[in-house]
Amino acid sequence: MDKNINVLIVDDYRTMLRIIRNLLKQLDFNNVDEAVDGQEALAKLRAGNFGLVISDWNMAPMTGLDLLKEVRADQRLKNLPFIMITAESKTENVVAAKQAGVSNYIVKPFNAETLREKIEKVLVHA
Amino acid sequence: MPDGTPQGPEGDRIEATVRAVLTSMAGDLTAKESALLAELEGLGRTIARAKAEIAALKVEDIRDAHIPSATDELDAIVDHTAHATNEILDCCETLEQLQSELSGEAADKLQGAVTRIYEACSFQDITGQRIGKVVTALKAIEARVSAVVSAASGMPGPDAAPVAAPGAASGDDRRTEGQKLANGPQLPGSGVSQSEIDRLLASFD
Repeated sequence: MDKNINVLIVDDYRTMLRIIRNLLKQLDFNNVDEAVDGQEALAKLRAGNFGLVISDWNMAPMTGLDLLKEVRADQRLKNLPFIMITAESKTENVVAAKQAGVSNYIVKPFNAETLREKIEKVLVHA
Repeated sequence: MPDGTPQGPEGDRIEATVRAVLTSMAGDLTAKESALLAELEGLGRTIARAKAEIAALKVEDIRDAHIPSATDELDAIVDHTAHATNEILDCCETLEQLQSELSGEAADKLQGAVTRIYEACSFQDITGQRIGKVVTALKAIEARVSAVVSAASGMPGPDAAPVAAPGAASGDDRRTEGQKLANGPQLPGSGVSQSEIDRLLASFD
């Protein structure tokens, strides 16, 4: 598993961005960029070279699910590993994310071990 | 009706119906019909009294003071918890820098403790989202109260856009699927757990 990849974390709560960034640092992922909604994330993804996206769902104007759909519809980005980390914990949310092509799904509040496990799983299969 | 309740264009339909029934029952009445008549008169008085009470509500207090005050207080809670959480995260980052000066079991214990603090600090995100849902609910209550008072008094209501509940559909629903499914945190026991999500995802493979 290559830990030198660029990781984009997307969340409208700055505190959560900081927490995830610090947890990623503990896992030796040091190349981390941030965005506060789907639109900003999509612009960064199209302009950059990322190996993993970790995104919240509930953001405005573009939600995490809508970002995921844009990523999967983009010829260059369509195979990018995409983990949803969200407080949306209804079955219909998980099903919609899976149908849109999510690589894995973490429900908030989460622990560091769950984050490590899901990252490892999606990057091994990438 | 026997009092001077303001008469609105919509508010008099029930009274008019009662009056029409009374008119149609003119003439000799049986005991049963008299009892029904008394009930209808009582109903009319109750309706008139309710209309007067609703019209007397100081909806402007709710709209101009109570709701803004409540939402301001809730916003302040989010700000304070965000500030406190960032202070805690500052301390954690300092501890992580000190960790490099330790070794062995002490370093591992410090790392474990810092990780647990990071995990616990995610409460601020969940709390903020829950408070956001409460603010939306308060605004919806404000709009509904204004509408009820305006209907009862016959006076035009304030120009307030209707506020939809989180995740609720509107008449002209142009929201994306992501927006429609954005309901925020579920109450304990209402959502699915991480292990249930893992099983659900595995069922697609």
